[in-house]
Amino acid sequence: MSDLSSLSVTAALIGLARGDFTSRDLTHACLAAILKHDPELRCFLAAEPEMALAAADAADARRRKGGDLPPLLGLPIAVKDVLAVEGMTATAGSRILSGFQPPYTATAVRRLLDAGVVILGKTNTDEFAMGSSTENSAFFTTHNPWNTERVPGGSSGGSAAAVAARLTPAALGSDTGGSVRQPASFCGVTGLKPTYGRVSRYGLIAYGSSLDTVGVLARGAEDVTALFNVMAGHDPLDATSADRPAPDVRLSAGATLKGLRVGVPEEYFIEGIQPEVEERVRAAIEELKTLGATVQPVNLPHTKYALPVYYLIAPAEASANLARFDGVRYGLRVENEDVIEMFKDTRGAGFGPEVIRRIMLGTYALSAGYYDAYYGQAQKVRTLIARDFLAAFEQVDVIAAPVAPTTAFKIGGHGDDPLAMYLEDVFTLPANLAGVPGLAFPVGFDAAGLPVGMQLMGRHFEEETLLQVAHAYQQTTDWHTRVPEHK
Amino acid sequence: MSLTREDVQHIAHLARLTLTEEELERYREQLSSILEHVARLQELDTTDVPPYSGALAAAMPLRPDEPGKTLPTQTLLRAAPDTAADQFRVPPILDEGRDE
Repeated sequence: MSDLSSLSVTAALIGLARGDFTSRDLTHACLAAILKHDPELRCFLAAEPEMALAAADAADARRRKGGDLPPLLGLPIAVKDVLAVEGMTATAGSRILSGFQPPYTATAVRRLLDAGVVILGKTNTDEFAMGSSTENSAFFTTHNPWNTERVPGGSSGGSAAAVAARLTPAALGSDTGGSVRQPASFCGVTGLKPTYGRVSRYGLIAYGSSLDTVGVLARGAEDVTALFNVMAGHDPLDATSADRPAPDVRLSAGATLKGLRVGVPEEYFIEGIQPEVEERVRAAIEELKTLGATVQPVNLPHTKYALPVYYLIAPAEASANLARFDGVRYGLRVENEDVIEMFKDTRGAGFGPEVIRRIMLGTYALSAGYYDAYYGQAQKVRTLIARDFLAAFEQVDVIAAPVAPTTAFKIGGHGDDPLAMYLEDVFTLPANLAGVPGLAFPVGFDAAGLPVGMQLMGRHFEEETLLQVAHAYQQTTDWHTRVPEHK
Repeated sequence: MSLTREDVQHIAHLARLTLTEEELERYREQLSSILEHVARLQELDTTDVPPYSGALAAAMPLRPDEPGKTLPTQTLLRAAPDTAADQFRVPPILDEGRDE
């Protein structure tokens, strides 16, 4: 049964529908793979075998009853531990939420549960999704299944590594500055960051509220599509959720890309980029041409300002969002007779260094006398970055670029240098700042055998175009089907 | 942009964070170098540029302000570190009767 855990979403759904195996068989195979490989990879903060098997049995009973069946009935998935699932702890990778039991379920997860999924457990993340490697998790670092001395990327590193290692067919992530796309790239899987507002943020532990999105990681574009169709759509519980009809993306087989205009921004092929990353991405762009697309250069002139803009706006929003962790309503409390000192001691003890850094940076950027120079100016430059995209999308339908400047780096490789870590996000931040969708997918390997990813960015609410292009590419290439030989 | 130790202490107070001496110094160095990096935004003239208001700002709908269903008090209190009489319990907030 153990090879059932290697099935893609698409193959698993076909097998379940045909009765080749039950959800219990499939879920059991995933749990067995987790038991076998996770002690080394450490993708999961908490696997939930009992709940998963009970849900699988319920899905099998539902199927036996027959009639109209929900679209993902019996499909096992993993959930990044920044999303609330009633009955499971939600830590956001932080000691301040250690053992926290959320009293409700995130809308994106709720919709997947209503569609029949089985949740295997919660995956590791950088604390409060702040990081690019899972090294900022308060609990442990996840290892990249392609080379266990390497990071899986982050912050959705647990989800990406679990999909890559065939512990689950799919996993949820969140993407505030690249946290779905960069780990997808580092682990050789496909990861979608939807348009801002496309998927409800209700039940997502907030980091940067104007940037946060809930995304999906899976083997290929059609696997991602199966979950995206279910998760997305308007939700009255999230005031920033877009009031648009739910997507119904249908990928066509054997699609040609005739008529598609692909833009290549030279600002994304900067000095310092690993030569093999540039080579593989340019080769993938050539492949899109072979499939019928036209390719032209575009300019995104304010790209170099995305990093400073992001590292003012995201920390500013984080400093406000994380004010709620004060030892009163949930999570850790460090007792002190003085209430202000209780807040301070609780937060000083409960937050890790990267979270403290960003809270302090954001507090400073918003403080009296500095607001206009830092936060105010960043919000104006954010407008310029968003305008860059609007202008580019007048000329082209999608923008193709690398996901990250390098392949997966060594665990501990960035030492104690926060800026070096921030530079990992340089190509993924702009899509969050502009609110546009982004899709990362594997386009080859470097000489060390580590996956290289390419990202496509598209117009607001045009996830379908991105998924269709990646699907066409994945029908003529097999990078997304490669399996790491983790021991 | 180089922060002083007093700057960092002030920020930590505003952010309600207890930090050790060693942490204060480390964050002073790291925040100074990050602020130096973000200072490059100042080179752009943004006189006529409005602050970003979101891709969806124009479509931001209004809804009727009606009370909806909320979670029961007991459910919400379950995760709290300390409760009493259906409320969150905290150390005294007013000075009255407090030992200074």
